[in-house]
Amino acid sequence: MSIQLANLRLPQPKISRGAGASARTTTVRSGALLRRLAKNWGLIFALVVLGVSLVAVIWPQLLTDGDPLGADPTLSHQAPSLAHPFGTDIQGRDVLVRVIYGARYSILIGIGASLVAVVLGVVLGTLAGVGRRAVDRTISRVVDVVAAFPEILLALLMIAFIGRGTLNLVLALGIAGLPKYARTMRANVRLAETSGFVEQSKTFGVSRWTIIRRHVLPNALGALPVMITIGFGGAIIGASALSFLGLGPQPPAAEWGLMLAESRNYLRQAWWTGVFPGAAITVVVIAATILGRVLQANYERRHR
Amino acid sequence: MSTVIDPPHVADAPDSAAPGATPVPVTRATSSSDVAVSERDPVESVETGAVVEQEGPRRESKPRRFGRSFWLLVVQRIAGAGFVLWAALTLTFIAVQFAPGDTVSLLLGENRNDPQLRAETIARWGLDQPAWVQYLTYLQRIPSGDLGISYTLRKPVGELIAAGFGPTVTLALTAAAVAVVLAILGALVTTSRIRALRPLSNVVELIVVSAPPFWLAIVLQWAISFQLGWFSVVQQGSWQALVLPVAALALPISAYLTQILVEGIDNAMAQPFTVTARSRGISYLAARTTHALRHASLPAIHMIGLIIGSLLGGAVIVEQVFSRPGLGQLAVDAATVKDIPLILGISLVSTAAFVVVSTLADIVGAAVDPRTRVEKEENE
Repeated sequence: MSIQLANLRLPQPKISRGAGASARTTTVRSGALLRRLAKNWGLIFALVVLGVSLVAVIWPQLLTDGDPLGADPTLSHQAPSLAHPFGTDIQGRDVLVRVIYGARYSILIGIGASLVAVVLGVVLGTLAGVGRRAVDRTISRVVDVVAAFPEILLALLMIAFIGRGTLNLVLALGIAGLPKYARTMRANVRLAETSGFVEQSKTFGVSRWTIIRRHVLPNALGALPVMITIGFGGAIIGASALSFLGLGPQPPAAEWGLMLAESRNYLRQAWWTGVFPGAAITVVVIAATILGRVLQANYERRHR
Repeated sequence: MSTVIDPPHVADAPDSAAPGATPVPVTRATSSSDVAVSERDPVESVETGAVVEQEGPRRESKPRRFGRSFWLLVVQRIAGAGFVLWAALTLTFIAVQFAPGDTVSLLLGENRNDPQLRAETIARWGLDQPAWVQYLTYLQRIPSGDLGISYTLRKPVGELIAAGFGPTVTLALTAAAVAVVLAILGALVTTSRIRALRPLSNVVELIVVSAPPFWLAIVLQWAISFQLGWFSVVQQGSWQALVLPVAALALPISAYLTQILVEGIDNAMAQPFTVTARSRGISYLAARTTHALRHASLPAIHMIGLIIGSLLGGAVIVEQVFSRPGLGQLAVDAATVKDIPLILGISLVSTAAFVVVSTLADIVGAAVDPRTRVEKEENE
């Protein structure tokens, strides 16, 4: 599914390898970023969406005083109106309130799954990158095998073993998503290893460990924020997909994928119960994709 | 080959090319129009010594389409695919062995207290044998199609998968074909000379690529089936029943492919060979379809493996939305009720399909583009 599609092109650092190339990672030039922000509507949109989502995750009461679980059978399936901008669901719960509270589940699961994938991927990728040939081969092969399972099916398989539930969902998605991070990290480490400044450090007799710590890792990790941002969108889609299939949070939790699943039987009568939660996922993923692309362009410019 | 710097190098570090050295792997350009500047980083594409030796003599001889290095790559790819499949089998075996709780109960799920089934399962999986015997039988059993028995559906897994395979493959292949056609049209529209179309199609692509397929499916179902009344009462199995699921599955993939093709066309249109073609009087459209698109499709070919994976995963969900029978439906049910033999069988079969297709894609990619042969070998 499009889980992987949004984040295939992970950044490759372009490290200049002239004799005098600096090993220092460049800090983000916020001035340039702000100047571009002013004329980049997409980026403004992305930051606003992600900002609002963050508020919804941390402090949803700030955005709404409704109760996401407060059922009221007399208000069942009300069409969108001023009182209920997104309408109400079969149990009379306000869809907007549920979408706001849903951010907590969907986005936290997305962040959790990305973190699991990134941490495992970075550790494996780094070991493969700096390790000896045998280590590299073993890790690369293991990653190949994980990557050979279609992501969703691997997550389903793991859930069949470890059972349903929110935490298991995070774990399953994280492991299924690890190959792309591991591979990118390995490639980045290898690239840094062959750079001019590492060559020079070697001729100066700097120890292997110091070279890895001071030169290779900072350079290879530089792409990490970009990778996480781009991967985050895919993780949210994956999380809501599995919740949609009933394998994540259970009713009556307000989770976007779960809300979509619940809306399916009543779509003919109440389209709003399905359209708005899905739109929320789409908008957040678009925002993450835009931010990721901007960060990536910025990163590539710095490393050209 | 590359200007390799010889002087003192630390033993295991790959040689770094001097800045500005010719990017190596542009070998054997098949026709004048195929000469493209390699965008790869010099160092990334420097081969290992072994490859240089293989490549060396061939440069003097006449350009051959499929030389030794190509067949070497084919063998390598197939061996690699075989290894991955074996490793996948081993990994699942280990998972079953070391899962918490005892193996019989895990395999039986809900029926764990049925003594007769218990005895049957032990006999079937050879669970009373030592682990290595079990492993060898497992390795022999699975590829021969004996995937065990689903104890929730009380049928052989192989039979269940065979029944679900057809609908899912039909869905996935149709969606793939539709996605490719849409992507080519989308790329031609985006790169057309009407400037206003570009931002427009960029926005559409961004939205479609970001929308979860199950939401697209629901929106399509609501808008087209319920509102317009099209394809609403269709027979399961007819082509009309395929339209909406295929659309939901194909749209995100086509949007993604469009992005890749647009990038490729833009690059190719800036190349000297396109300028030459244009100066011979070829139209803007023809330059894009006959020249640029060919170059742009190369990166797309290498995405096929990933696309198949996303099709298989997407099918799981789209089948659920449209209540289509198929592997996806089966997989979700199996995961929900912890039907281990069934979900294991489905995962292994889709993994096998996935591995076979991406291996073929790699080989086709190498056959089409000589440069990739070198790259793949170097990545080894």
